[in-house]
Amino acid sequence: MTLDPRGARFSAAITSVVLVLVLVTGSGWLALAQTVVFAIGAASARYAPYGMLFRRFVAPRLEPPAEREAAEPVRFSQGVGFAFLAVATVGYLTGTTAVGVVATAFALVAAFLNAAFGFCVGCELYLLGRRLAHTNRRTS
Amino acid sequence: MHPSLTGLVVAVVAIAVATGCGLVWRAREGRVRPASGGCAETLAGLGVEAGAPVTLLQFSSLYCAPCRVARAVCADVAATVPGVRYVEVDADRHLDAARELHVWRTPTVLVVDARGRVVGRAVGAPSREHVLAAVAEVGSVLS
Repeated sequence: MTLDPRGARFSAAITSVVLVLVLVTGSGWLALAQTVVFAIGAASARYAPYGMLFRRFVAPRLEPPAEREAAEPVRFSQGVGFAFLAVATVGYLTGTTAVGVVATAFALVAAFLNAAFGFCVGCELYLLGRRLAHTNRRTS
Repeated sequence: MHPSLTGLVVAVVAIAVATGCGLVWRAREGRVRPASGGCAETLAGLGVEAGAPVTLLQFSSLYCAPCRVARAVCADVAATVPGVRYVEVDADRHLDAARELHVWRTPTVLVVDARGRVVGRAVGAPSREHVLAAVAEVGSVLS
């Protein structure tokens, strides 16, 4: 399946707002909710909750997209978001708030870069991670 | 400090950092910069043909939306400018070459001259104008 690139940025904008609310309220349960949203988005682009909101309420009011993009990069970045927010959720819910704050802040930087600039940090991390893993394999 | 105030300060700092990174990234993205180096053997292993006047060698990866944009631009330049070849490789399958050529991000487009030297490098999807200018520069050195 292919995606409207504006949908990814719309989702990143909602994610940014939710992550700001997590930081301000310090709510582990809100962090958990966002973790679930990331998990669904990583598993399936079709059922990503914010993407469904975009298709239902926003896309019909817009012109059709000039081009569509592959779903894999978006799903991969949702997986990266999931990893960060899972750590944040555990931090907040176990009372190690500093861990929650730092992990949420990293996720917010990534989501905001995507929403405001269209820059997909999760996608960029992919090659970096692969190269580092490859180097470690060679040296060990 | 009150916890919610700490959270608010962290949120503002995170957004400021992201904005700074975004502005720097946008300014650098897609520019073809002069570069040097490149081992002829490595390049040949990636499919760069010796003697081709200009080769645009693109490193791509699966999880990379801008790679499609870079591909469209470079393939179009190769199709319209005589003497330009376009080669795309999956960085994932050529991690040793990626390290040797200092490729950290996809898409990275390397401009390779006829002697198998890397003379230009663009990180991120380059604009058509930038690629044409880089190609013209290599051509003018040759002639």
